[in-house]
Amino acid sequence: MRERVAIAGVGCTAFASVSPGSSYRELTYEAAVKAYEEAGIEPKDVDSFVCTSEDFLEGYSISDEYCNDQLGAVLKPAQTIPGDFLHSLAVGVMHILTERFDVVVVQALSKASNMKTIPEMINFALDPVLNRPLDITAYAVAGLEMNRFLAEGKATREQCAAVVVKNKANALKNPSAGYGASITVDHVLDSEPVAEPVRLLDIAPYADGAVVMVLCSEKLAPSLTDKPVWITGIGWSTDSPTMESRDWSEAVAVRLAGDMAYKMAGITCPAKEIDLAEVNDEISFKELQHLEALRLFEPGQAGRATEDGKTSLGGTLPVNVSGGGLGVGHLFECSGAQKVLELVLQLRGEAVSRQVQGAGVGLAQAWRGIPTTSAAVAILSA
Amino acid sequence: MAYQRVAIVGAGITKFVRRAQETGKELAAQASKMALDSCGMTMKDIESVSLGTAPDAFDGVHMKGEYLADGAGATRKPFMRSFVGGGSGVYAIIHGWYHVASGHFDTCLVVAEEKMSSTMPHPQAAFNTIYDQFTERPLGVNLLWIFALEMNRYMQVHKIPLETIAQVSVKNKLNGLDHPCHQEGITPGPHLTVKDVLESEVMVWPVYRLMVSPVSDGAAALVLASERVAKRMTDKPVWIEGVGWHLDTSYWTNRDLYYPRYVEYAARMAYRMAGITDPRKEIHVVEPYDPFAYKELHHLEGLLLADKGEAPRLLEKGVFNRDGELPSCPSGGLLGVGNPISAAGTMKVAEIFWQLRGEAGARQVARPVKRGLAQAWGDLMQVGTVVVLGR
Repeated sequence: MRERVAIAGVGCTAFASVSPGSSYRELTYEAAVKAYEEAGIEPKDVDSFVCTSEDFLEGYSISDEYCNDQLGAVLKPAQTIPGDFLHSLAVGVMHILTERFDVVVVQALSKASNMKTIPEMINFALDPVLNRPLDITAYAVAGLEMNRFLAEGKATREQCAAVVVKNKANALKNPSAGYGASITVDHVLDSEPVAEPVRLLDIAPYADGAVVMVLCSEKLAPSLTDKPVWITGIGWSTDSPTMESRDWSEAVAVRLAGDMAYKMAGITCPAKEIDLAEVNDEISFKELQHLEALRLFEPGQAGRATEDGKTSLGGTLPVNVSGGGLGVGHLFECSGAQKVLELVLQLRGEAVSRQVQGAGVGLAQAWRGIPTTSAAVAILSA
Repeated sequence: MAYQRVAIVGAGITKFVRRAQETGKELAAQASKMALDSCGMTMKDIESVSLGTAPDAFDGVHMKGEYLADGAGATRKPFMRSFVGGGSGVYAIIHGWYHVASGHFDTCLVVAEEKMSSTMPHPQAAFNTIYDQFTERPLGVNLLWIFALEMNRYMQVHKIPLETIAQVSVKNKLNGLDHPCHQEGITPGPHLTVKDVLESEVMVWPVYRLMVSPVSDGAAALVLASERVAKRMTDKPVWIEGVGWHLDTSYWTNRDLYYPRYVEYAARMAYRMAGITDPRKEIHVVEPYDPFAYKELHHLEGLLLADKGEAPRLLEKGVFNRDGELPSCPSGGLLGVGNPISAAGTMKVAEIFWQLRGEAGARQVARPVKRGLAQAWGDLMQVGTVVVLGR
């Protein structure tokens, strides 16, 4: 087995629907200062910086121009990854495994409140020749996909709504989460239709926030932290981006990314070996689809398990105890970061009222959102 | 040295054109197929894909990397795009390098694509969105504007005559005529002179039209392999001996633009990894980034291949010609082949690959070459990316 990579420090801002007091640079700065403080390092000690950004979300072309000052990464090896934070985390892991880098900083940010026309902007991700002329909204893609998932009998509409109820309730115990609520399945089913069968409350609401993490090599870990969290597996994959040729029912990219991460971590029976999972739940049914693709539940079983409370805090496999995207907010490129952050707190035993007892191995999974088929998975252990 | 050694085993490039009939996906697929065919591999042999492509605004596609994924052969494979603006074309190889060097994969297909013609009528308008939205964008600035500032500063500090800068254009545009992928029409003819360059229209003083690389569409691809696989695929692997990259502050107005410090730092990082202590002796052929004529000289100094202010004198002496002591941009560079931004950076790495294998045909440099360097640059005159190759 190869050398392990440690997470030696984490820092974040609150996750909220707006962040009027801070610019996007200040959000990253706040998270960076906290992460550096926790690991006891300064920017000069860092060998490489990996930022996460996507031009249209940042409102800049060549958004990597503006990623580095607030991290202290001036005249340093720094780059951006137009992906999820988990992709950037994979880059950090690869850097350290080459053994040419000992300390790598990974950053992600969402300043969703700066974006006035998010649905219109997401439409620009549709194929300009084949799909955009149809003048559909990106959410229609989610509606089609959810329809397919339900039509195959993999879950009921109510089971999807139960995901929303669970995650929003979990968020009430997370002081960083912006969208905690005590609601019922009927509230979800009666909310405004967006693209049938997707209703307003099925969709993770947008949020602002930033996360910065300090990664280091196994040999350096003892000098930076008493409570290292190890990245034992990481994987990423992409299914067909072309809508006409992709699988509409199974999250294939998630399965492939998960298998890659499991292989690296030496996990053969994920349902038994994973203690808690933070999976993408940008649309309610996605949590169920992703859990099944990750082989944490048999196909068609995740919905029932959710209704039975197996994925609740205190259940056999707690899922999205942080509140997930539905409870914390949709953080765009930073979504995966919030999931890894939750695992770090859980594995260190610092999650207070939402602590999962006996948490030893956790899984974080990201999906790049409508209309993409890119996913990434990380396995963390205490 | 714990990392896996990584070799380049295949390369492919589409023709660079002003306006391609193909979509970006198709361009990416063409270059990928050529690179794979060149080393007798298929997508079945490829374990991961690294993509380089510059701003999404060109294609008008949000998450452009995702859109291009299937064109780059990445369906159901680990696929990741990296991004450092104009430096992405060389960075995509660095990105591929650590995919393999880390031991995660034995093979990685590196694909770089650019389709600048989608912005109508001209991509300079899209470049306005690279600037700070409060302090710079309202001025209506474009790229020519800041490069004119930088070129002026460089010329002023070292007292460089315009004729010398124009000579870079002549050298590269004539070199480019030998490149089968060069963009038609960007070299006015085989008898181009310094006088012609200085008689072309002034874009923003002191930048003349023929000192600027063109707007292009195109794609380029490379196949990377671990030592184990490379030795099975080819008798002539070209090794990635050093990689380096550095990013300077976003506040470019606070820097003295006469010298690219970030390029020097990136070069030192790559030289250290390659064990190079005297680059002027140990680098035999070089492809510095030349989107504007003065940038080639500017970058040669940043790469420590010439003293500060010395590159123009060496150019005048013919040192950088194909038959000179340190051939520079033997491909023709961005000025002579074309500038589909990230694909142009990858084209430079491909050129060094072919030069080291002795497969550059009419472009093959006169001196024997064992080690070469390719470099790209981008953002707000801010990022340097360097790859050192050896055989």
